[in-house]
Amino acid sequence: MRKILLLVVVLVTGVVFAGRLFYLQVYDTSFQELSQNNAVKILYDYPQRGYIFDRKGDLLVSNQPSYDVMVIPREVKPLDTTEFCKLLKITEGRFDTILNKARIYSPRLPSVVIPQLTKAEYAFLSEKMYKYEGFYIQKRSLRDYQVKHSANVLGYIAEVNKRIIKENPYYQMGELIGKQGVEQQYEEILRGVKGVKYIQKDRFNRDIGPFNEGIFDTLPQKGKDLQLTIDSELQKYGEKLMVNKRGGIVAIEPKTGEILSLVTAPNYDPGLLVGRERSENFTRLWYDTIAKPLFDRGLSGEYPPGSPFKTLTALIGMQEKVIDTKERIACHGGYHYGRGKKLACHHHPSPLSMVGGIANSCNAYFCTVYRRTIEKYPSPQKGMDAWENHLESFGLGHYLGYDLPSGRPGKIPDSKTYDRMYPENNWYATATISNAIGQGEVLMTPIQMANFTATIANRGWYYTPHVIKGIGEEDTIPKEYTKKHKTTIEPQYFEPVVEGMHEVYTSGTASYIRIPDIEICGKTGTAENYIRVDGKRMQLTDHSIFVAFAPKDDPKIAIAVFVENGYWGSRWAGRIAGLMIEKYIKGEITRKDMEDYVLNGSLQDEYAKPYSGEPFKINR
Amino acid sequence: MAASKGLVKLDWLTIFFYFALVGIGWVNIYSASLDDSATTFWDFNQIYTKQLIWILLSVVLIIFILAIEAKFYERFSSVIYLVSLLSLLGLFIFGKTISGATSWYSFGGISLQPSEFAKAATALALSKYLTDIQTDMSEFKDQLKAFLLIALPALIIIPQPDPGSALIYAAFVFPLYREGLHFVYLLLGFFAAALFISTLAFGIFWVILAVVLIAGFLYFRKRKKRPNLFKYIVIVIACIGFSFSVSYIFENVFEQRHRDRFNIVLGKETDSKGIGYNTNQSEIAIGSGRWTGKGWTEGTQTKGKFVPEQHTDYIFSTVGEEWGFLGSMLVVLLFIALIVRVLFLAERQKNPFSRVYGYSVAAILFFHFFVNVGMVTGLFPTVGIPLPFFSYGGSGLWGFTILLFIFIRLDGANSYYGI
Repeated sequence: MRKILLLVVVLVTGVVFAGRLFYLQVYDTSFQELSQNNAVKILYDYPQRGYIFDRKGDLLVSNQPSYDVMVIPREVKPLDTTEFCKLLKITEGRFDTILNKARIYSPRLPSVVIPQLTKAEYAFLSEKMYKYEGFYIQKRSLRDYQVKHSANVLGYIAEVNKRIIKENPYYQMGELIGKQGVEQQYEEILRGVKGVKYIQKDRFNRDIGPFNEGIFDTLPQKGKDLQLTIDSELQKYGEKLMVNKRGGIVAIEPKTGEILSLVTAPNYDPGLLVGRERSENFTRLWYDTIAKPLFDRGLSGEYPPGSPFKTLTALIGMQEKVIDTKERIACHGGYHYGRGKKLACHHHPSPLSMVGGIANSCNAYFCTVYRRTIEKYPSPQKGMDAWENHLESFGLGHYLGYDLPSGRPGKIPDSKTYDRMYPENNWYATATISNAIGQGEVLMTPIQMANFTATIANRGWYYTPHVIKGIGEEDTIPKEYTKKHKTTIEPQYFEPVVEGMHEVYTSGTASYIRIPDIEICGKTGTAENYIRVDGKRMQLTDHSIFVAFAPKDDPKIAIAVFVENGYWGSRWAGRIAGLMIEKYIKGEITRKDMEDYVLNGSLQDEYAKPYSGEPFKINR
Repeated sequence: MAASKGLVKLDWLTIFFYFALVGIGWVNIYSASLDDSATTFWDFNQIYTKQLIWILLSVVLIIFILAIEAKFYERFSSVIYLVSLLSLLGLFIFGKTISGATSWYSFGGISLQPSEFAKAATALALSKYLTDIQTDMSEFKDQLKAFLLIALPALIIIPQPDPGSALIYAAFVFPLYREGLHFVYLLLGFFAAALFISTLAFGIFWVILAVVLIAGFLYFRKRKKRPNLFKYIVIVIACIGFSFSVSYIFENVFEQRHRDRFNIVLGKETDSKGIGYNTNQSEIAIGSGRWTGKGWTEGTQTKGKFVPEQHTDYIFSTVGEEWGFLGSMLVVLLFIALIVRVLFLAERQKNPFSRVYGYSVAAILFFHFFVNVGMVTGLFPTVGIPLPFFSYGGSGLWGFTILLFIFIRLDGANSYYGI
């Protein structure tokens, strides 16, 4: 015992020290952070954000300098608050709140005191800043919008919030990040990479040179410019046409899938979301829950597509060989099914074959085709799934996969949908008959409508729609937008449908809005719709819908127009589609009468009806 | 046969450990004291250059120590002890004050700290006294004499003031125990330390409560054997008295800085800017080293000079930061290996004088290592004592060199080798 006591004590000490060192150096990682915090200062060098151009190379978005007043709470010395607040044009109470928040966020990391001063404010303030230790002015670059349209496509940039900082360590308090639109989608390309300088400090917080001889320092990489597929002129014109209406326009170049124009109405000037007014304006737009200007109806509005869907019913019918182009089907003022049930139709010549059916939008014709398609299979479930499978190949019922961050999948029902609705499984084609004419359970976003129209224009294939045309100096775009998607419909079945859509203009529902010298193929749609106000379901004026592409044999543009509560498809949507097509192909407008009708027309009264609290009539 | 010719047979393993520690120590002093002011390596204003000179001079010193006949150290131990005591007393008249402590003699540009040498002298004197044929460690009178021998230098050192250096003399309890001191003393010492710490940590009320409860529990468990109740009461009263006096000393005799140090380690205060700054910065430096460290002269905390006194008492934090867990463990293992080796050598000495001295050397090295690394890693309160062979300082290096190499010389003369 006497001989080994010291030996044991020595060995136990060794074990204790090993444990302590292991705890400090390996187990507890917080010391590493503490070390970085007190010995190394990080300076960032922010690169210019990339510019955004339209398809013709016109500048849409550039940058402007802006100046933030920043604070590092730990370094703040006692100061003349009254004077400083006067300079910053804020109250002392507000100043205290800001400073407190900054301290809670971090005493040693910079926080923003006043964001985004103008040049004049900056000049005035900068000569007095030396008096206020711990405060400094950080130069940043803000967006400078060259156009007043396309806010929904471009998106905006805003300060990162705490959640983003937590999720993505690249961002620090006060930095800017793209939100919505292209700014969000291509954030990493546009922003570039900020440069980092590590400065070694000593215990008095003095810089004593670059950390590790600067081997960890990086130079900023400038953000790359983006070229969009958007046609600035067309976009501007589209937004002008949609003034005082609600809805969306999506125009696609069928050959490439490039989105020429993506209009949502109502919209806002992108310049509103820049600088110090940003948050005030944003709040105003955000809280407009009736007109919803921040809601992109072109991408996220899910509507029943209405009659344009009949083109798809026809295509599927032919592919499933339940109808050919010659068979004529009679219409007795509607489609009769079940015991005295009837899906009404309007007045038109009867009986009609395929082309005439499309041109006159005969409900009875397409209900017949649809019912035959479903009933071709041994059970309605199997028929429904086959039908759904065809529609899926047009990019319907799922997120389309375009390069903008907002959107909805739409809805194409399948057998499961109806098995859920009718748990006894005793449903038949007739129960789902409204699907035939694009009502019922079918929902689509305008961009999905534009895409299936482009697919018909291409006679059976499409590229995923996209807004990216070029990145930096290169024309290469992400490869998912150069992959051709083929539909399940064989190409020969498209010609009769195209012919029918052409007849819509020559003799059908849109014959009075023809555009001279352009062979347009189109399809009108008028969709019933309901809303709930104070728990009461009420029907509103039908949505006005139109899809079209032109020219017929070498399609350059496919378009879908959706005007909420615009009544007849041709009344608003048809006119707007025609004007857009003419503007794009000819560059000028010859049907001034149509243009005047649209520009001077307003649906604001219509939109006010359900909120007036008084009884109202629809479809006038 | 070499020994019989008067040449010394040396334990090269111990010598290897010594040079390894001194070498690694210098490398870290270089890093800790590096700044931009040096123009050439041989700039004698630089701390690392000075230390290198001290190391080279140590080699000369080692040759001297080994050249002297082993018998000399035993025969003249009393004289060496007395000279050492006088040198300590002389400080009160001729001493130079450096950072608050009058512990130095200054000759030209060189300062010497006699307390660093007094440890070796005391070890020699204690070895001599314990191996005296007339000394009987079971006698209270002789125990008292041995205690006095050890306490005398410590008592002179305390008012310099340098309580850290004085604390080291507690290390001698190990050789005393090895040579026959009753285990009760050790137990008493341990018990006193436990009472001391728990009084500070939990407060006097809880300590008294715990003592009474434990004593009561033990008494009632042995009730049937009719234990002496009086004995229990005396022990309890003694404990309470001790606890009270600890509390009194802590509040009235200790200075605020001492109280702060204890409170921080006991977790009663967290103060990373004022008094706890040293320990906090030291932990950050060590902790940021991770597995393999940041590399030599690459430590950010070391470069930024965040850890105070990093080249002296806190040199181990440089090891931790720049060489990481692996490097620090190497140093810890080297120390353990050296101490264990010295213990092993001490046990095989045929001459009791050499054995007691060897034991004292191991105990002193261990105590320094224990207190210093414990302090730097934040386990113990801040006590200003150097890490042997590592910390910057000529007196310290020389003191430990003398301490160790006298033993190597004694071991070399052991007849164990002399066949």
